[in-house]
Amino acid sequence: MLEFRKPEQKPLVLMNNAGVRRNGRWLVRGVEFSIARGEIVTLIGPNGSGKSTTAKAAIGVLKPDEGWVEKMPGLKVGYVPQKLAIDWTLPLTVERLMTLTGPLRGREVEEALHSTGIAHLARAEVQHLSGGEFQRALLARAIARKPDLLVLDEPVQGVDFSGEIALYDLIKSIRNQTGCGILLISHDLHVVMAETDTVICLNGHVCCRGTPQMVSQSPEYLKLFGSRAARTLAVYSHDHDHTHLPDGRVLHADGSITEHCHPDDGHHHGDHAHDDHDHAHDHVHGPDCGCGYKSRLQGYDDKETRRV
Amino acid sequence: MFDDFFTRALIAGIGLAITVGPLGCFVIWRRMAYFGDTMAHSALLGVALSLLFDLNLMLSVFIVAAAVSLLLLLLQKRGALSTDALLGILSHSALSIGLVMVAFMTWVRIDLVGFLFGDILAVSEADIDLVWGGGILVLAAIVYLWRPLLASTVNPELAEAEGLQPERARLYFMLLMALVIAIAMKIVGILLITSLLIIPAATARRFATSPEIMAVLASVIGALAVTGGLFGSLHFDTPSGPSIVVAAMGLFVLSLLPFGRNGQTETAIHSTHGGHH
Repeated sequence: MLEFRKPEQKPLVLMNNAGVRRNGRWLVRGVEFSIARGEIVTLIGPNGSGKSTTAKAAIGVLKPDEGWVEKMPGLKVGYVPQKLAIDWTLPLTVERLMTLTGPLRGREVEEALHSTGIAHLARAEVQHLSGGEFQRALLARAIARKPDLLVLDEPVQGVDFSGEIALYDLIKSIRNQTGCGILLISHDLHVVMAETDTVICLNGHVCCRGTPQMVSQSPEYLKLFGSRAARTLAVYSHDHDHTHLPDGRVLHADGSITEHCHPDDGHHHGDHAHDDHDHAHDHVHGPDCGCGYKSRLQGYDDKETRRV
Repeated sequence: MFDDFFTRALIAGIGLAITVGPLGCFVIWRRMAYFGDTMAHSALLGVALSLLFDLNLMLSVFIVAAAVSLLLLLLQKRGALSTDALLGILSHSALSIGLVMVAFMTWVRIDLVGFLFGDILAVSEADIDLVWGGGILVLAAIVYLWRPLLASTVNPELAEAEGLQPERARLYFMLLMALVIAIAMKIVGILLITSLLIIPAATARRFATSPEIMAVLASVIGALAVTGGLFGSLHFDTPSGPSIVVAAMGLFVLSLLPFGRNGQTETAIHSTHGGHH
């Protein structure tokens, strides 16, 4: 029980059986996951499956109606919301947008704009940006804060395909450079999944979870997205020169990044760091807590297939 | 040069215009013009209650305006009717209840027109103290709350996620609005308060390059409108409150003319339809 733990393995956010209800209807239920530093967790699922709701509950914008959410004290969040409409009556340049929620040094603003490729737009009014430029500005704003946890709700919407790849590469390099945790919401899983440590597939509840490869082969995932989605994913993984070994580890061709996708860790949920904690709270991961990953790929509730 | 009453009116009016400038910016950024109207209309209920219970007028107006805005928050949470409809109900109900109550109180005679359209030429030195004292308080609060207010105007969830407590900012904003309405009632009257909030701020948009500049410009433009309106009312012997609003409108029309920064106004208006979602 008193095993050695590295300090960075304390999760930034831990959700335990969390559910949010509005107007008598559960938007999402039974959500369990944690995000540690340096970890990318991706939420996928169809429209209305509770992805944004889950993300908002994770960062405290929504209070869970059941279960609980534990945030690291003093957690600094950088948030890119799914929808953001700025009234044209508000004169807001990209530069001014950067310091919306907190002061920054001029150099920090420049760096963030530069890394998202919109340094030349610093003095442009946000209302005059294209959809893709605006998303970059929002991402720049969120990373300029140097957050512990970056929450990105469909950050590549309105960005063209090559821009999308560039932004995902940027998100990956932000994680590698700053070691922040990233909670990513995507409807566009074949691109994002390869960089992700844990994919959680939502459909009002946790449908399945695991490494990208595991989820893409799970029957629940195939039921939701169809087998074509899985094939696209496989192509992408190949293109990016990394292979999911039979034992679940990720082998990178360049060897520069070593992600830890051990199936023995379960779903990379911080189990290794929180075994005693879990037991102390007697919470339920499903029928398979602490055992192999295979049964994790089973949906928690096979009967429920609403909104597919 | 001028009569004392005119100087007092000028000092009080300019103080009020400076105070409402930044607040008016938030009203248009947050699309709350109708909300401001509702709070202002409820002021007449405040007047009636102050007469009935022999309360201080400004205090009573402030309490009623604040109560109406809290009531709106509660009704919004129930979510049965749209905010527009709720505002319409609250606004005219409060105004009418006020008028009915005043009619019942046969023992008092009040100058209804004075409350509806204001009587800036009747401000006393005590009123000037109130306008400037209250104004400094309101401006200090806005400076203090600037970041959370602005961030939650852009997106409340973003502000909440990044630790800025938008709900609290919103509550304070409503209390400041109630305070400003209580102060402004005597000067421009219940029916015209919203115009003093909105028109200078809308005029300032054309020339502003940042939210902060817009807030300052709105104050300056408001002060110009008060000055122009008062001199106009003196010269043409017109009612002072409406004259100020007409002067403000004149400045707004000027701001629409295509000079300087070519096409800026056109682009800005076009982007209303092409906003980001």
